[in-house]
Amino acid sequence: MDIAAISGNIATVGYGLAAIGPAIGVGIVVGKTIEGVARQPELSSRLQTLMWIGIAFTEALAFIGIATYYIFTS
Amino acid sequence: MNLLVPAAANDGQTFQGPTIEEFFPQAVLFEGTPFELNRVMLIRILATIALIVLMWIGTRAMKVVPGRFQSVVEMGLDFIRVGVVEDLLGKKDGRRFLPLIAAIFFFVLFMNITGVVPLLNLAGSSVIGVPLVLAVIAYIAFIYAGVRKSPKLFFKNALLPAGVPPVLYIIVTPIEFISTFIIRPVTLTLRLLMNMIVGHLLLVLFFSATTFFFLYAPAAFKAFGLGTLAFGFAFQLFEVLVALLQAYVFAILTTVYIQLAVAEEH
Repeated sequence: MDIAAISGNIATVGYGLAAIGPAIGVGIVVGKTIEGVARQPELSSRLQTLMWIGIAFTEALAFIGIATYYIFTS
Repeated sequence: MNLLVPAAANDGQTFQGPTIEEFFPQAVLFEGTPFELNRVMLIRILATIALIVLMWIGTRAMKVVPGRFQSVVEMGLDFIRVGVVEDLLGKKDGRRFLPLIAAIFFFVLFMNITGVVPLLNLAGSSVIGVPLVLAVIAYIAFIYAGVRKSPKLFFKNALLPAGVPPVLYIIVTPIEFISTFIIRPVTLTLRLLMNMIVGHLLLVLFFSATTFFFLYAPAAFKAFGLGTLAFGFAFQLFEVLVALLQAYVFAILTTVYIQLAVAEEH
């Protein structure tokens, strides 16, 4: 058995790459929200709403990354 | 033996990973007609009926002091009204769009939650139909909201944002057009669809790997089965969270798009 041999689809690597950006982005969004809430706890519900919206936009790129696998392998 | 690569033959001896075929099961009823029903369609019908029945029971005989069931339904409706619609749109516009947003939220929620209900195990929104239809509804809703308010202002805000030097409109306007009228519905669809597809594939992977490790793997690998089983349960709970979160995100993004469309200037 050749341990170094890899079979399968290169698109999985592509998704791995596509996930890096959104991962960092979501981290920043959540981290900044926590900072904001720590400074101004009374705004937490408003900030949380904004956080979810921000996450939703950032995350979209990762999901486009997954979708490309199904688009380009058919 | 490479455990990561799905084997061609499904003889039970080699590990078979989940494929996209999971989402296109055999037809169950009315095969060959336009009304062909497969498992996904049956799950969708079931989820819709469950939603209608639960809402009907919850709001049928409303009392000032709610019973246990009514208070749960009220909590959900109140969450959408206060936490999403009125928070972002205000009381006046909120009243107009509340039925739409609430319907989208509960419909997405019930379609998603079937993915973790035992025996159903497949989200109604994990095939593109449901997310696409909902995204089109959201798309029509925010364009309608903007055009109803003031067609000139809506397209000016969307395509010619204020505070940009006129020369830059050559670059800004196409980008704004693509991001508002193309990217928005596409990402709404893909976000929901991919969350559900990936969630389902993960669960299938965990539980089929557990079966494989326990029954067919060499003795040295059997211990891994405990790990995949534990993670399978953990992800099942995580999927409940994802189902709720995606319903919330879909509702809140629709609301935000409507808010941007009816805003005076932004």
